[in-house]
Amino acid sequence: MYKLRLFKDKFMSKLMLVLTLASVSVLFVIGIGLYYHSIPILHKLSLSDLLTTSVWKPLKGLFGFYPFIMGTLWVTGISIIIALPLCLLTALYINEYAPARIRKILTPFVNLLSGIPPVIFGVWGVLFIIPLIQDHIAPHFVAFSTGYSVLAGGIVLAVMIFPLIVSIITEVLRTIPQDLRDASLSLGATGWETTRKVVLKKALPGIIAAVVLAISRAFGETIAVLMVCGNNAVVPHSVFDPGYPLPALIANNYGEMLSIPMYDSALMFAALLLFVIILLFNIISRVILARLERKLAS
Amino acid sequence: MKRRKYEELFFRVLMVLATVFVAGSFFLIVGTIFYKGAPYMTLDMITKTPGGGFYIGKEGGILNAIIGSIYVAGGATVLGLLISIPVAIYINMYMGGKTFLANTLRMAFDVLFGIPSIVYGAFGFLIMVYFGLRASLLGGIIAVTLLVIPILVRTLDEVIRTVPFELRDAALSLGATRWETAKVVLRQIRPGIFTAILLSFGRAIGDVASVLFTAGFSDNIPTSLHEPAATLPLAIFFQLSSPVEEVQGRGYASALVLTIIVLIITVLSEIFIRNFFKHKI
Amino acid sequence: MDNKSLIGVQQLNVHIGNQHILKDINIDIPDKKVTSIIGPSGCGKTTLLKTFNRLLDNSADVKITGEVLVDGENIYAQGAEVTHIRQKMGLLSQRPYPLPMSIYDNVAYGPRIHGIRKKHDLDELVEKQLKATGLWEEVKDRLHASATRLSIGQQQRLCLARGLAVGPEIILGDESTSALDPVSTHIIEDLFVQLKEKYTIVLVTHILRQAARVSDNIIFIYMGKIVEMGPTHEVLHNPKEELTKQYVKGFIT
Repeated sequence: MYKLRLFKDKFMSKLMLVLTLASVSVLFVIGIGLYYHSIPILHKLSLSDLLTTSVWKPLKGLFGFYPFIMGTLWVTGISIIIALPLCLLTALYINEYAPARIRKILTPFVNLLSGIPPVIFGVWGVLFIIPLIQDHIAPHFVAFSTGYSVLAGGIVLAVMIFPLIVSIITEVLRTIPQDLRDASLSLGATGWETTRKVVLKKALPGIIAAVVLAISRAFGETIAVLMVCGNNAVVPHSVFDPGYPLPALIANNYGEMLSIPMYDSALMFAALLLFVIILLFNIISRVILARLERKLAS
Repeated sequence: MKRRKYEELFFRVLMVLATVFVAGSFFLIVGTIFYKGAPYMTLDMITKTPGGGFYIGKEGGILNAIIGSIYVAGGATVLGLLISIPVAIYINMYMGGKTFLANTLRMAFDVLFGIPSIVYGAFGFLIMVYFGLRASLLGGIIAVTLLVIPILVRTLDEVIRTVPFELRDAALSLGATRWETAKVVLRQIRPGIFTAILLSFGRAIGDVASVLFTAGFSDNIPTSLHEPAATLPLAIFFQLSSPVEEVQGRGYASALVLTIIVLIITVLSEIFIRNFFKHKI
Repeated sequence: MDNKSLIGVQQLNVHIGNQHILKDINIDIPDKKVTSIIGPSGCGKTTLLKTFNRLLDNSADVKITGEVLVDGENIYAQGAEVTHIRQKMGLLSQRPYPLPMSIYDNVAYGPRIHGIRKKHDLDELVEKQLKATGLWEEVKDRLHASATRLSIGQQQRLCLARGLAVGPEIILGDESTSALDPVSTHIIEDLFVQLKEKYTIVLVTHILRQAARVSDNIIFIYMGKIVEMGPTHEVLHNPKEELTKQYVKGFIT
C-alpha cells in the first residue's frame, strides 16, 4: 500500500518536473524557432543592412527595417514621456498622500484599466484620440494631419501602460519603511520635501525597473497601435507624422508572407528582433525588482 | 517658509490632477465605447451569425465571434490550468519554494509574461507550419495557451504562497507524501484557482495578436477543432476597417460586447481576490 | 499659564480604529530633564510620544482629541503648522534610519531644508553636531561616504546628530537603543545625560534599568492610562499604586 503511495509521489514529481521544464523552455524554443526562420534573410542581407536601410520592397527583395524601428521608438518614446510623470505622481498620491478610504477606491480602477483588452484601446483611439488630434491639437502646429500619427499611437499606448507603471511603483513605494519618512518629517521637512529627497531617491531603482518594463510592454503592443498609427513605412519626423511600428508590420502582412520569397523570413526576423529586445529589457527590470525584494526581506 | 508651503501645495495639486487623469481614463474609454456602441446594439448582434452581405451592412450578428472567442479562451484556460497547476505546485512544494532555483524559475515566468502576444502568435504560426496545421480553432488554442500559462503560473504561485507553512508541515508530519500534501493545499486554494481562471480567461478573450495568424476567421460557429474560428477582437478589428458606416457601427457595438464581458470578468476576479486575501489575513 | 513647561498635554484621547489607545492623558513634561515613559508593550507609550510631533497624522483611522501644547501652542489646533513644530523636536526611532545619502548630507539635510545654504555654515554645523554625538573622530575622513556603511551604533548617533542639527528644544527617543549592542547603548545613554543640559528629553523605554540610569522623572502607562508619575527614584523604589508595584517588582528585587 505505502509503496503505491510512494510510487505515486515519485511519478507525479517527475511529471511535474517535465511540465515545468517544458513550459519554461518555451522561452528558449521561441528564440530558437524565430532565429531558425530568420536565417534565410540573415544570409541574404547583413544585419546592419537590415537594421539601417530604409527601403521596404518585399517584391524586389529589399527589406530595410529602419523606418519600422524608428516607428517603434517614436511611439514608445512618446508613450513613456506621457505616462511616466502622470503615473509617478499618481503612485505618489496613492501611497504618500491619499487617505486610506480614497486609496481603497482608487486601486480597483487601476486593475480595471489593466483588464481592458488592447483592441478596445484601439477602438477608443480611433473614436476619441484621432478626432482630438485631427481637429484640436494638430491644427495648432501643422497644416494638415489625418490624426493617424505616432502621437495617437503614443497616447493610446501611454494609457495602456498606466496600470503597469502605477502598480509597480506603488509596490516599490510600499517597500520603503515608514520610519524613514518619519525621520525626514521629524526634521521639519514637508511631505513633498520628504517625497522628493528621501522617498524618490530610495525608490529610484524600482522606478527605473518599472520604466524598463513599461518600455518593453509598449514595444510589443500590436493591435491598438496598428489601429491609430497610420502604418506608413517612412521614418517619422514629427509627432504628427504617421509611423509603422514593428509589431504592426508583422500583424498587417501575415496574409501575404507565404506568397513572396523571403517575406516570411523577414517577418520572423522582425518578431525575433522584438523578442530579443523585450527579453533583455524584461530580464533587466526583473533582476532589479528581485534585488529590491531581497533587500526588503533582509 | 512661504515658498516651501506653496511648493507643497503645488505638487499636491499636481498629484491629485494626475490621479484624476489616470483613473479618469478608464471612464473615458468605457464611456466612449458605450456612447458609440449602444446605438448599434441589437439583440441580433449577439444571437445571430453573419448573414449574406453582413459585411456590406446587411443583417446578421457576431455570435460566431462570441462563441469562437469563448471556445478559444476556454480551451486555452483549461489547457493552461492542466499545465500550470502542476508547475506552481512543483515550484512551491517540490523545489522548496524559496530556493534560488525556484526564484529563478519564477523570474523566467515573469519574463514569459512580458513577451508580447504578437510573438506568441508568430511562434504559434511556426508550430502550425511545422506540423502542417491550417489556421484553426486548435491553432488558436495552442497560441493562446502559451500566452496564458505565465499568467496562470504567477497567480497560482502567489496563491499557494499564502498557504501557511504550518499547514503543509502538519500534513507532511502525519506521514502524507508531498503529492498528498499538494492535494490538501489545492483544496485550500480553490477560490484562488478560480481567480486565476478568471484572469486568464479575461486576458485570452481580449487578445488579438496571438489569434491573428493562428485561429483564422469564419462566419460559422466552429464544429471541430480543425475548423477556423472567428474571435471577438478580430471581428471588431475587421468591422472597423470597413468603409460602410453601418458595419463600423456594428464594430463599435461588438467592442461594447467585449468590454462588458471583460469588465464582468475583471470585477468578479477583483471580488474573489479580495475575499481570498481577507480570509487569509 | 506663564511658567508652563515646554510640553504640556491636556485631556488627550487617541483612537485608532475602534480601539481607545490613550485615555485622558494630562501631563507636563519638565524642562531640561530626562523623562522616561515606561510600561508594558502595547500600552500606548509610543503612541503618546508620536502625538508630540504629530507623526500619527500619516496613519490611517486615527482620531485625536484634546490638546498638546508645545511652547504654549496647541499643535492640534486648526491651522497649526506642522513642520515648524517638528523642527522643535528631534526624533530618535527604534532602529536607526539613515537617509539614503552621505554622512555629511544626512546631518545637513535638516538645515538645508530650513534655508541654510552656505557651505561654510553647513560645514561648521555638521562638525559641531558630529562632535556633540562623539562621531566626529570616527567619520571625519569619510564624511561623503554613504551613511548606510556605518555600524548600527554609529548610525544611531548619526541620526541623533541629524536631529540636533535643526536646533530642536526637545529630543524624543522611541526605544532608541533596542536595536543596539550594549556598548553603543551605553554611549547613547551617556549622550542623553549630557544633552539634558540643553534639551528637554522624553524617552520611551521598556527597560527599567535604562529608565533608572538616565531619567529624572518617570511616567508609567498601563492600558492607555497614566498610572503613576514622579521622580525616578520615587516611582521605582517607592511606588504608590498597586499596578506600578507589580510592574517594577522585577526591578526592585
